[in-house]
Amino acid sequence: MSMTEQEMVHATEGGHHDHHELPFIRKYIFSTDHKMIAKQFMFVSLFFLVIGGLLAAMMRWQLGYPGEPMPGGMMLPDAMMAPTPNGAIMLPEFYNSLVTMHGTIMIFFAIMPLLVGLFGNLLIPLQIGAEDMAFPRLNMISFWLAVPAGILMLASFAVEGGAAGSGWTSYAPLSASGEWTGVYLGQQLWLTSLTILGFSSLVGAVNYITTVINMRAPGMTWFRMPLATWALFITAILILLAIPVLAGALIMLLFDQTLGTGFFRPDVGGEPLLWQHLFWFFGHPEVYILILPAMGIASEVLSNRARKPIFGYHSMVMAIIGIGFLGWIVWGHHMFMSGMNPLLGTSFMISTMAIAVPSAIKTFNWLATIWKGDLHLDSPMLYALAFVSMFIIGGLSGIFMASTPVDIYIHDTYFIVAHIHYVLFGGSLFAIFAGITFWFPKMFGRMMNETLNKVHFGITIVLYNMVFWPMHNLGVQGMMRRIYDFTQYEYLAPLQPMNRFISISVFLLVAAQVVYAFNFFWSIFRGEKASNNPWESNTLEWTVPSPPPHGNFPEMPVVYRGPYEYSSPESETDFYPQTKPPSKPPVQDLIPEPVTPTPEGF
Amino acid sequence: MNWSWMLPPSFSTVSGDIDGIYYVILWITGITFVITEALLFYFIFKYRHKEGRKAAYDHGSTKMEIAWTMVPLVIVLWIGFVSKGVWDTVKVDVPPAGLEIIVTGKQFEWNVTYPGPDGALGTSDDFETLNELHAPVDEAVVITLRSEDVLHSFFLPEMRIKQDAVPGQDITVWFEAVQPGDYTIGCAELCGIGHTTMGGTLTIYSAADFQAWSSSQAQQQQP
Repeated sequence: MSMTEQEMVHATEGGHHDHHELPFIRKYIFSTDHKMIAKQFMFVSLFFLVIGGLLAAMMRWQLGYPGEPMPGGMMLPDAMMAPTPNGAIMLPEFYNSLVTMHGTIMIFFAIMPLLVGLFGNLLIPLQIGAEDMAFPRLNMISFWLAVPAGILMLASFAVEGGAAGSGWTSYAPLSASGEWTGVYLGQQLWLTSLTILGFSSLVGAVNYITTVINMRAPGMTWFRMPLATWALFITAILILLAIPVLAGALIMLLFDQTLGTGFFRPDVGGEPLLWQHLFWFFGHPEVYILILPAMGIASEVLSNRARKPIFGYHSMVMAIIGIGFLGWIVWGHHMFMSGMNPLLGTSFMISTMAIAVPSAIKTFNWLATIWKGDLHLDSPMLYALAFVSMFIIGGLSGIFMASTPVDIYIHDTYFIVAHIHYVLFGGSLFAIFAGITFWFPKMFGRMMNETLNKVHFGITIVLYNMVFWPMHNLGVQGMMRRIYDFTQYEYLAPLQPMNRFISISVFLLVAAQVVYAFNFFWSIFRGEKASNNPWESNTLEWTVPSPPPHGNFPEMPVVYRGPYEYSSPESETDFYPQTKPPSKPPVQDLIPEPVTPTPEGF
Repeated sequence: MNWSWMLPPSFSTVSGDIDGIYYVILWITGITFVITEALLFYFIFKYRHKEGRKAAYDHGSTKMEIAWTMVPLVIVLWIGFVSKGVWDTVKVDVPPAGLEIIVTGKQFEWNVTYPGPDGALGTSDDFETLNELHAPVDEAVVITLRSEDVLHSFFLPEMRIKQDAVPGQDITVWFEAVQPGDYTIGCAELCGIGHTTMGGTLTIYSAADFQAWSSSQAQQQQP
């Protein structure tokens, strides 16, 4: 079916959908169904999440037990571990690869595709009442570009010289030539992989933006869109504008590596700081790409489980948009110590201070949302509340680094490691747990086991804080990040017990994730059957079967109100679905615009 | 295990101001942390689901939105303005030098070049030390920071000084120690396989001791 034919069908028949069975390969592998692509992204990124966690555990072995043989280390090749009679000891070049690949894999192959690939694909069409994405085949291409990118990234561990070892930020000139690190092919694979992944994200972003603008159901005005969709929409715009900058920088660096150009090499006339400017001009919007969808997910779950309208819906939307704008003028705060003109440092400090405000607005609105609510403290809610609680810590610790003089001392110490993990793990990953648990019934038609989820939540929140809270203290004591053996420094040697404490907590934290993994797979096959709307939610995805059929909506939904009308006096139940016609004679502004579908869309 | 949020002691003329802003931010964020988390836990406890409870039907309050927009804005901008003054002192307004030296980072060592008896750099009586920086107390030490290969970051934790060394750039860094003693030099930017070993010692002397050390070094290193 060509694109135009599909649009015609969409336009003229509205709810038309195919019931004929697709062959296995079209249904599960080269699928164009946004829900299947969402699941594909989910399985691949959860696999990478496990890999990233194991890399972190190995790194923590070296920090907790510097220079001691690593259990199981004999199984790794000599390029990574130095064999001794007592076992294998980690080599510093492998440690540097671990630092680099843990960050790269977690950011680009786990958190970002979970938030954008999984939730973007799953939620956008369902929440706006569309039968699929605007460009289903482009959507399929987006996933199938991410797969080779992931394979190349993992393959780089097996090549001569090992995986990239210049940090996930790959600062030039260290990354610009293998002569400084001994890593040639590994760094080139890193660059190639991320360039391909960038294309994957770009086509995804084009798709999301087009879908949200063009394919909203009748009555789904901008300010009746759920906050998750709002956040994913703004995220897609950030991706669309940020990724080309990264791709350009990656290709220039690849040329420096392979063709002998010198964009970032001062010995042949280049400028190392140019890399940092380009990388962070992408990288800071990237930070918001990694948190905005999480904020959206948390907002959905909090309002639903509190059975209360989200507090300050409009200011929540404005805060998302505000972050989207301010996110472009704060990149220099990563570069206060870089040798950038210190006068610029002050400008970037002020813009960075300003971007704290929309985050504060969102936090206060979440608090006010649960205030006077009727809180159902089941597992999605616990994860979402943990998101708020941990995001508060991550947000507040950011102010230390934003202050230029304080940053002089704590820049590139464990303080920043603590900060980013409070935002990306305590924030984004807890929101991902909330989201997967919350929409699991919609994806698989079954509920996750509540007891196992509560066990997982309890263990994870405690161990998580045992890992990352003390990292603040390490940073305050001046311990640098990305350092193979901190005991080389006399003043850091007393930090050994705390580092060992953190490492043991990491091992337990990684092991505890088995509970979630088991529950996840067990529930897919054995979980309790889910109804269409197990959370008694208002938004459109809960009006269709679990899982929804191909084409999603048997009939074109019509939207009468906003997504968070919980405990409304107009409704006899404590929820009021967006599609339910008003029971009282409607107030004038609630009537949806009469829509005559045309081939141009709505 | 040291769970303290107190900074370790510092020994430069600017470090007191830097530490002061750190403590101001620690107080502000600490109080905010306690209040917001306490509210969160209180609400979770107070409004947990019970039979018959009905949530309030409440869409928000413009007054509250304005309040929690303006109050954080004023606080963070105030922190910004206070920070600017100290930042300018440390990074922008370089005082007249008591001692001028060159520090060059390269994989994986710090080379320090001193002016020698004539007091001028770039002359034949310059002398060098490796992974050691010797300087007098109560004098502004003005450093020209360079790198020969990749990025390094010149880190004097006790002086609260950090500055990346960038190949192709001369970057000015200065500090003035307030107490003689031995302190740490570190590299805070991942610079390759031996990054972890790229440390050194900063030795601060009294004025007379520095003079003695300096002339003995100059003599020893004369060609």
